[in-house]
Amino acid sequence: MPVPSVKESFSAAINEVTIGATSGEGGTRSRTVTIGGDTGLPLAGFEAEFPNPPAIAMEVSNAGVEGWPPEVKRHLEGLSQDVGKWAAKCEEWGADMVCLRLRAAHPDEGGRSADQCADDVKRVLENCGLPLIIWGVDDPEVDNVVLPRCAQVASGENCLMGTAKEKDYRTLAAACLADGHKIIGEAPCDINLSKQVNILLEDVGVSVEDIVMYPTTGALGFGMIYIYSVMERARLAGLSGDKLLQQPFVLTVGEETCRVKEAKTPEEEEPSWGSVRARAPLWEAATALGLLDAGGELFVLRNPEALAQLREALDRIWPKAQ
Amino acid sequence: MLVIGERINGMFRNVRRAIENKDKAIIHQVAERQIEAGADALDINVGPTRGKATDNMLWLIETVQEVTDKTLCIDTPKFDVMQEALRACENPRLINSTKATEEELEKYTALAVETNSRLIALTIDARGVPADVDGRVAMGATIVTKAMEAGMGIPDLYIDPVILPVNVAPKGPEHVMEAIRQLKLLSDPPPKFLIGLSNVSQSCRETHLINRIFLAMAISAGLDGAIMDATDRDLMEAAITAELLMEKQIYCDDYVSAYLRSR
Repeated sequence: MPVPSVKESFSAAINEVTIGATSGEGGTRSRTVTIGGDTGLPLAGFEAEFPNPPAIAMEVSNAGVEGWPPEVKRHLEGLSQDVGKWAAKCEEWGADMVCLRLRAAHPDEGGRSADQCADDVKRVLENCGLPLIIWGVDDPEVDNVVLPRCAQVASGENCLMGTAKEKDYRTLAAACLADGHKIIGEAPCDINLSKQVNILLEDVGVSVEDIVMYPTTGALGFGMIYIYSVMERARLAGLSGDKLLQQPFVLTVGEETCRVKEAKTPEEEEPSWGSVRARAPLWEAATALGLLDAGGELFVLRNPEALAQLREALDRIWPKAQ
Repeated sequence: MLVIGERINGMFRNVRRAIENKDKAIIHQVAERQIEAGADALDINVGPTRGKATDNMLWLIETVQEVTDKTLCIDTPKFDVMQEALRACENPRLINSTKATEEELEKYTALAVETNSRLIALTIDARGVPADVDGRVAMGATIVTKAMEAGMGIPDLYIDPVILPVNVAPKGPEHVMEAIRQLKLLSDPPPKFLIGLSNVSQSCRETHLINRIFLAMAISAGLDGAIMDATDRDLMEAAITAELLMEKQIYCDDYVSAYLRSR
């Protein structure tokens, strides 16, 4: 008796999104990065195509590393006051992209002006050849002034800019359309809202193929499980033909891991947890791998050791082209 | 759900005239209007037109193909017309339809396999439409068996449990829904289910209302598609909402528009 086939096939695929532009494409990046394109559930290499491996971006913050755990900070000595140097180092570490977080624009972080933030963007672009993610501060009053200016100075670089939210998406959408950038749609752990943000962006002229979804991120317990379920559900709907859920996901794993007590408490305080030097990067890489299994395509990390570990794991488990 | 637009049918006067005068513009317009309204496929039926049925059918297919690459649901009772039509049709094809007699099933399932078409099979045999659930289920089982024997993919098979007008067959709607529920369990993966919706309200006064409510009810029983008036906005919204409530779509506030854009 023949063994029945257990292969599943889906009617649709996840969108491919390319970030960055080389000189031939009107930008100055040394390479571009494409994510997405999967035709099946994550890692199911025996039944689907996975044309692009997930991408790893390293976070660079223009507000420095105050408040970051020592285990991450120690890699960033001499870098954290200079976004250009920091970004160049990310390239050296082997990142695929740089994610510039404009935290300093927030009034609580010094209220760096739009022009100053635009200078930060320029410095990163000048010092590093990787494609760029530009990420605001989650405050519409700030973002709607700062992000358009940053979009402008990065015009032609085909960056990924975020984030657009249900209540606040028009300004960023207009800036991305005007200056040729891709856009991140944010919906905190809510699949209905993710879909609604996508439809709203489409209404103002953004192609659904230029959107990357940000479901927010969890790096422990229920937080992670909820995000995982939302992503899994969206992925199944997208693969089954829902064009408003066929966008790849970006996840801020580094930032989220830095909130997790278990990933940063030193061994002296919790001897049974073992060395924090081993635990911190492992937690970050393992969280990314967990979310990879739910459909994550773009991971923003902080710890370069986590980058190395995740890369090594991806090389091992990512389905090779048939 | 598979929405098959019913308007390209020689039964409608404007279409009949267009076929007889070879007026492509009218056919293009009828096709495009249904697709804009959300139709996934178009029924193609020459109806009682003058001239040779095959010629009219081939002209109609060619004309519709000029404006869409959606599935064409070739609707003719004549086997030879069906053969010619399927061979001429470049769009995805759906055969409408075969009855559940052994002889017809053998002919049509073979034709479906040969032409790589999907197939609608009615639960009608030499004695007509069954007056109960069991008759429909028995015929449904015969249809699935014959399709399997012919090597058809069962998800390509649409069983039509035949809805009769509710004013003459008041138990029809419940029989159809119960037959769908039972036949869904027949195979894994199950066949699909489809009805010619407008029939339920034929000669009734409240046609739109009856169509709309029955479609929502049948979707909850497991209906996968309908030949229907896709340009009836209320009807489309009822179908989209019924599918949402059956968790066939993920909710968002603009779910109607989201569904239509995803076509």
